[in-house]
Amino acid sequence: MSFSFGSTGSAMGPRSVMQSFGRDSAGQAIDPRILMRLLAFLKPHKARMFAALLLMLISSAFALTSPYLIKIAIDENIAGNDTVGLFYTTLLMAVVFVALYVTTSLQQYLLSWIGLRVLTSLRARLFAHLQALSVSYHNSHIVGVTISRVISDVSVINDLLSSGVATIIGDTVVLAGIVAVMLSLDISLALATFAVLPLMLLATWIFSRRARVAFRQTRQRVAAVVGGLAEDISGIRVIQAFAREGVSSDRFEEVNRANRDANIDAMSLSFIFLPTVDFLGVLATATVLWLGGIAVARGELTLGTVVAFLAYVTRFFQPIQDLSQIYTTMQSAMAGGERVLELLDTKPLIYDEAAAVDMPRITGKVEFRQVGFAYQLDRKILRDINLIIEPGQTVALVGPTGAGKTTLASLVARLYDVAEGAVLVDGYDVRMLTQRSLRRQMGLVPQDPFLFTGTVADNIRFSSPRATMAAVENAARAANAHAFISALPEGYATKILEGGVNMSQGQRQLICIARAILADPRILILDEATASVDTLTEMLIQDALQKLLADRTAIVIAHRLATIRKADLICVMANGQIVERGSHSELIARGGLYADLSLRQ
Amino acid sequence: MECLRPYWRTTLAAYLALLAINAVALTIPQFIRWIVDSGIARQDTDLISRSVLGLLLLALLKSVFTYFQGCWTETASQNVACDLRNAIHRQLARLSFSWHDRSETGQILTRAIQDVERIRFVTGRAFLRIIDGLVLVIGSSVLLLLINPLLALLAMATMPLLAWRAMSLGRRLRPMSLVIQKQLGKLTARLEQNLRGVRIVKAFAQEDAEIARFARANRRWFSLSALTARLQAFTAPQIDMIANFSTVIVIGYGGYLVTCNQLTTGELVAFATYLGQLTVPVRRMGNIVPAVALAMTSGTRIFEILDTLSEVTDAPDARPLPPVKGKVIFEDVVFGYVHNHRILQGVSFAVRPGQIVALLGTTGSGKSTIINLIPRFYDPTAGRILIDEHDIRKVTLASLREQIGTVLQETTLFATTIRENILFGRPGAGEEAMLAAARAAQADDFIREMPQGYDTLIGERGVTLSGGQKQRVAIARTLLRDPRILILDDATASVDTATERQIQIALEHLMAGRTCFVIAQRLSTLRKADMILILEHGQLVAQGTHAELMKSSGLYAELYHQQERAGGL
Ligand SMILES: Nc1ncnc2c1ncn2[C@@H]1O[C@H](COP(=O)(O)OP(=O)(O)OP(=O)(O)O)[C@@H](O)[C@H]1O
Ligand SMILES: Nc1ncnc2c1ncn2[C@@H]1O[C@H](COP(=O)(O)OP(=O)(O)OP(=O)(O)O)[C@@H](O)[C@H]1O
Ligand SMILES: [Mg+2]
Repeated sequence: MSFSFGSTGSAMGPRSVMQSFGRDSAGQAIDPRILMRLLAFLKPHKARMFAALLLMLISSAFALTSPYLIKIAIDENIAGNDTVGLFYTTLLMAVVFVALYVTTSLQQYLLSWIGLRVLTSLRARLFAHLQALSVSYHNSHIVGVTISRVISDVSVINDLLSSGVATIIGDTVVLAGIVAVMLSLDISLALATFAVLPLMLLATWIFSRRARVAFRQTRQRVAAVVGGLAEDISGIRVIQAFAREGVSSDRFEEVNRANRDANIDAMSLSFIFLPTVDFLGVLATATVLWLGGIAVARGELTLGTVVAFLAYVTRFFQPIQDLSQIYTTMQSAMAGGERVLELLDTKPLIYDEAAAVDMPRITGKVEFRQVGFAYQLDRKILRDINLIIEPGQTVALVGPTGAGKTTLASLVARLYDVAEGAVLVDGYDVRMLTQRSLRRQMGLVPQDPFLFTGTVADNIRFSSPRATMAAVENAARAANAHAFISALPEGYATKILEGGVNMSQGQRQLICIARAILADPRILILDEATASVDTLTEMLIQDALQKLLADRTAIVIAHRLATIRKADLICVMANGQIVERGSHSELIARGGLYADLSLRQ
Repeated sequence: MECLRPYWRTTLAAYLALLAINAVALTIPQFIRWIVDSGIARQDTDLISRSVLGLLLLALLKSVFTYFQGCWTETASQNVACDLRNAIHRQLARLSFSWHDRSETGQILTRAIQDVERIRFVTGRAFLRIIDGLVLVIGSSVLLLLINPLLALLAMATMPLLAWRAMSLGRRLRPMSLVIQKQLGKLTARLEQNLRGVRIVKAFAQEDAEIARFARANRRWFSLSALTARLQAFTAPQIDMIANFSTVIVIGYGGYLVTCNQLTTGELVAFATYLGQLTVPVRRMGNIVPAVALAMTSGTRIFEILDTLSEVTDAPDARPLPPVKGKVIFEDVVFGYVHNHRILQGVSFAVRPGQIVALLGTTGSGKSTIINLIPRFYDPTAGRILIDEHDIRKVTLASLREQIGTVLQETTLFATTIRENILFGRPGAGEEAMLAAARAAQADDFIREMPQGYDTLIGERGVTLSGGQKQRVAIARTLLRDPRILILDDATASVDTATERQIQIALEHLMAGRTCFVIAQRLSTLRKADMILILEHGQLVAQGTHAELMKSSGLYAELYHQQERAGGL
């Protein structure tokens, strides 16, 4: 188990993100590996991409025809007083403009479509990957920061993949053509023009060295903004209860300002870069003028050649300027891409072994064999746990807070992997089973009763989406939730608001119990499932559960000892160890920790 | 556009720089032509060298202006975005619990991030471009009218068509982009819910169902966006095409005029050139109109949040609440979270300063609801609540909440160090006070056992602590405030009985003389109470001390005996 906060620099809490500047890998310009991997997302759309490129070339051809047609109209038709010819030429112009419209529209639509498609599938992939990552990953990553990766980093990549790639290819083709023409016109002037290219490369190199860091920072900072905002929203009730609105807004403003400054910094870099490229273009023009002018003076060149050449120099720098514009987009996309790929590359700590088998129907024997566990390497939470739970038994875990009860229970569902020893269900080591087949036969009521937005019925049905309404109601009855749910204005169709806030804490627990019961689990884990439920209701639930648990294994955690008196076996935990075990009366008789706890109630 | 006001200086400077850039940009080609005509053609190498240097200077000037213009525009627009986000945060902090109950984090995040970004994009570029374009359009139109009014009018005949297309594009885009942004919000909300509930998703092995659900929202976002992309791809170039048609008209009709000798070729060429200039800004409209349309919907969405009035605010004549003694009176309080669904129906009771009040009742009977009304998380529908004779609606929220310490039933900690979490209760508090609060909450021991002690970072919402540890940190946080009125809503539900007992002992010292509201399921907590309120379906069915209630309330006696039987009190 390696639990680490921020092994991945950019994924820490909003405050910590602020401190992780300059995780710079030698300021490499454009990491070709990242670029190639990003481009690979375009692969499924090769044909469309090709079509879009073709359309782009065709539409540029159309765009180039129209000045030529105007020239014909003026030089030939008008000069020749040829009204009929003029009519046809203008007609042709109109046709060309319509054709230009059609090709441009189609090309734009294709490119946007591809971009959106890539975006959508990338988000789907990220989401699926997040599902595969283990609980410990999610424990150490701020929700808002992850959201920012899936929502905004991905859309930055899209800018590059959709229009960027097409423009790059299109411009490169145009550039190649112009270079060829220039070389054929006059080699020495052409070479003089290209002389600024090394300067341009130098500028690009300097720019990208610094841009990499700057743009990476913009992505990190915006993630910090999302993370901070999301956290403050989820803690807004505490913030208001403590009248700390001012402090939290100030803190947010700090993160927000840092984001603004990072953006201004990054953009200032490109505002140096782009005009520099522009200037170098004029420098090339000036060189041509100067050299050409002198050559003309010496009679080595005709004026016409110089004029034509000048026109091409301007044409030559247009695509270069476009490209450098895209180069800045690319920097941003690389920074976003890096973060997206980093997430995709994170290996789940818990995964199905190649040889993993599906768990057959569980009979319910659970065995902890010399189990040791730690969330963080340097802090053992469980030590030497040996425990055998026979099928159908109800085992209670009690003990002081932080003793490791929740931890022990979550090992059965393999939410974490043990560090030492093994957890066996029906004799199978849980690491040798597919997670799905194991967990599908378990029901967990967590200590913190989480409800999803959606209806009450949706929430109960979460554990088995295809359950009928009758089954849902039965589960609710067993959890003693039916009565209060029916009393709600819209009954089972009542919408649960975010965080389950429109249910009382006890009601949330009842719904969670119903959800676990509906899963028809072979092993039921109740982690303080009724801690916020009044004792009368709890009694009723216990009666219902007793019938239900007749042939199922149950692990029950509770502080109210009344809840677990009837358990077949009670394990008292302290400091990550089982210190006492036995039935209620045995433990009372022994006069140890359990008797002590029980006396206090 | 109001938002730009604080940055008018930068914006103006950026605009002036833009004008300068335009001027230089227009001069450079003229200058080159002049060099060719008068330098190269006349083979004057001296002039060539000097003018080439001049050209470079001009270019340098342009680059410098471009740099400043870019930086200034960016600064202004980034500031607008920053201000909007700050405003959203401040507004969120102000909005009442009931608003937050109804809102979804995903939706708010989309507005604060994506929608603000769209507005920023427009304030940065489009706004300048529009002004710039207007100047160009008016200038060129005047020139055109001067050269040939009839031809000019004909050429500009396409303008209304153009305006109509542009407007209709904007009009159609707005509702669509509203739907898309909403859908993006839904997508974000789905993701957010999934991440928050990841333990449940895993425990029930429902990853596939979640993926399918996300895919549905994702696909819907895609098809909506693709629809808009189509609208945009097929309408925006139309604007271009219409602008081009005026060139066709000018060449066709103008050419005809030339053949009729009513116009010279030179005039026609000049006309075509100016027309070309006129169509440049018009063409840009094809890009700007959609951007502005999107920004306007985004603006609507943002101002929806900013313009919401909080349901719980300071009254206009609110005065700060003086230090309270702790008398709390409920007078016939009626309350419902939603319309026509009453939760509390006429609750009245009076608490003397320093009393410990316990609330007891079945799940959902309204215990938390009652205590939620004391710090004005919600306002009662009818009736009043008085603290020391002050109606709490007549005092300022800050002064009221400053004197009340609440441990909410659901523990929320922040993703920072334990120390900062406790200090959240009173940021200026010293180390000693902080340690004392932690000790009273029985949190000191376990915190010291952690590798980094008080500096241990905890996960979001405290996920890396056990349930009881979270609750104890939350109690410490509240105790540090040293409140006049303490509210503990099931604050020790996840704490073992031995620890709970110790917390109670510590509290007895700390809270001596202060009013205390306690909600707890364990009756052992209740015996110490000076007054016990028993709730059933939002009504107060009995009140009194333990001894009184044992005699008078059947429900209480039953509860008591049942717990006694089960646990051995
Ligand atoms: N995700 C986590 N990462 C790191 N440490 C953790 C994590 N979850 C729990 N711990 C630590 O492990 C120890 C045991 O926690 P656990 O939740 O198992 O206790 P518990 O016995 O269930 O306590 P409680 O009765 O308060 O619920 C605690 O010290 C806690 O701080
Ligand atoms: N924010 C809310 N919006 C709408 N309804 C709510 C909201 N909070 C609570 N309710 C409803 O009000 C009723 C009373 O809830 P309350 O939280 O006061 O119960 P409680 O007595 O504290 O219960 P518990 O012991 O389970 O905490 C419940 O029926 C609940 O569904
Ligand atoms: Mg409650």
